[in-house]
Amino acid sequence: MTDNPHDDNPRRRDFLYIATGVVGAAGVCAGAWPFISALGPDAETIANGAPVDVNLEPIAEGQIAKVLWRGRLVFIRHRTAEEIQKAKDLPVSAQLDPQEDSLRVKEGHEEWLVVFGNCTHLGCVLLGHEGQHGGWSCPCHGSEFDTSGRVTRGPAPSNLPVPDYVFLDGGTSIRIGVSSPDQTV
Amino acid sequence: MQDFSDKWVPTNRVIKWIEDRLPILGLIYSSFIAFRVPRNINYWWTFGAVLLVMLVIQIITGLFLAMGYVPGTATAFDSVVHIDRNVNYGELIRSMHANGASFFFIAAYFHILRGMYYGSYKAPREILWIVGVIMYFIMMGTAFLGYSIVWGQMSAAAATVITSVFKAVPLVGETLYEYAMGGYAVGNPTVIRFYALHFLLPFILVGFTIIHVWALHVVANNNPAGVEIRTRRDTLPFWPYMILKDLVMVGIVLFIYAFVVFFLPRALGHAINYIPADLTVSPDHIAPEWYFGPFFTILRAIDNTMVGIIAMFGAVGILVFMPWLDRSPVKSARYRPVYRFFFLTWVFSALVLGWLATKSTDGSGVFAWIAHIVSGSPVDEGCYKLLAQLATAWYFAFFFPILPIVSLLEKPKPVPASIAEDAVAHLPKVKTPPQAPIVQSQQD
Repeated sequence: MTDNPHDDNPRRRDFLYIATGVVGAAGVCAGAWPFISALGPDAETIANGAPVDVNLEPIAEGQIAKVLWRGRLVFIRHRTAEEIQKAKDLPVSAQLDPQEDSLRVKEGHEEWLVVFGNCTHLGCVLLGHEGQHGGWSCPCHGSEFDTSGRVTRGPAPSNLPVPDYVFLDGGTSIRIGVSSPDQTV
Repeated sequence: MQDFSDKWVPTNRVIKWIEDRLPILGLIYSSFIAFRVPRNINYWWTFGAVLLVMLVIQIITGLFLAMGYVPGTATAFDSVVHIDRNVNYGELIRSMHANGASFFFIAAYFHILRGMYYGSYKAPREILWIVGVIMYFIMMGTAFLGYSIVWGQMSAAAATVITSVFKAVPLVGETLYEYAMGGYAVGNPTVIRFYALHFLLPFILVGFTIIHVWALHVVANNNPAGVEIRTRRDTLPFWPYMILKDLVMVGIVLFIYAFVVFFLPRALGHAINYIPADLTVSPDHIAPEWYFGPFFTILRAIDNTMVGIIAMFGAVGILVFMPWLDRSPVKSARYRPVYRFFFLTWVFSALVLGWLATKSTDGSGVFAWIAHIVSGSPVDEGCYKLLAQLATAWYFAFFFPILPIVSLLEKPKPVPASIAEDAVAHLPKVKTPPQAPIVQSQQD
């Protein structure tokens, strides 16, 4: 039992064991870090994800423009007066994720609805001017959204998210990806 | 388990010299020549060999496709067309690879159904079974990645739909998604890493194949009688009996495979995947390849996204628990009429789910129909969603609670005393003249 000369000092052994283990674990973490980090968005992807400016002038009333920001589809919908009214009149009972239309558009710019264009269920691209409320419908599983991008029929669980954006040049264009006009990314 | 196999004794001096240092030839001999299998196993036991052949075909054809394929959103689709049109026999090799996936899955499904029917998941084969389920998951992942990197319209839809699984993870979903995609959405980095993984996973599958075969060789094959090997009389050597039987089925499958590859190369695919991917447009109707049909329908049948995703993966994952959900001491469904009935209804539910994947799930679900019956509230036209939900419910109900209850209450029929007795009972009836009684020699 006394073969090991350090047996008389077990706490020293324990300390060395644990200390070595900690250094080893730290080394494994440090070694794994670059590889995990390499999986994330690279510098080019981040640079390409900068805010985009969109000129609204060519978008006619009733039209839905498609814009890609960060590889994600964004719908810019120039709503007609009738569509705005329908969005305002939609009863809460018809909404699966109730929200005021006024919270989904910028004040004074009710004719412009800016929402992400992929279904909140599984990401299929929505078809415009379809569904019971004339907003969007999903070709995959039949979800429907109204003219404010609010879900009115499942399986989609939530409303179409509104990206950060601001109006520029007195409302003739928007910048998607910023929450205030003087923000720089 | 007792080992009844013949031992290999090398006589050649050179081979003996090698064998003393690395007994690899002896390992091959004992694993694939002398290995004893139950003498009563039927053609359902040949699909393991078919799977191995399909895996090899996929790896070889995949290697050649990799020499022409250029990953990335800008190049992937064009390079696939380039392989089809410009590479010598490129269209053939790609047809072999694309249709090979289908035949790989056909063999896997027969293999899994065989295991479920004859109780191959039960003690002592639980780990063999679980390794098989893991392999099936890897196979599904590989097939999904391979389909995505073609980067046609349906590829993009598949990649978008399936990767949204990451987003559904609570709290860290968005970050996890960005790290899985290499960006903020499915894009160029995604396609490139999918390609890298698509190349890697088949070799991991090869590794698991070795573990699967190893586990098999520890516990030996199950058999249609579901009773264990007890004497050498119960067995036959792998060569020539099993290898030749395997080759018959491999030949049949390859014949059908070749017919599809040559004459129906596009029959199992979607025409829309010949349109380059465009993330701003979804195909009118999204459907996966047939082999994912049941899981896709389960995903769509459930309105809650997170529950739907869990159910989709759970539909395969639940197989892991089969050895413990089934409490019956009898393995083979041949002697379990009640289990057999419910098993066949389960197979039917899976087929219905697969068929529904080709349909739109418009219509009302179970709850809307219950409300309709109770209070007369309106229901949408179309019954596909209702059907999908009922079939999904039955799919899971088979595992729980039907399986535990049936296995506890069912009174099985008497099982044969031994494999040899079962084998003799199934010999073809000979009329006249009466043959000499079948005496089992000690030497086979």
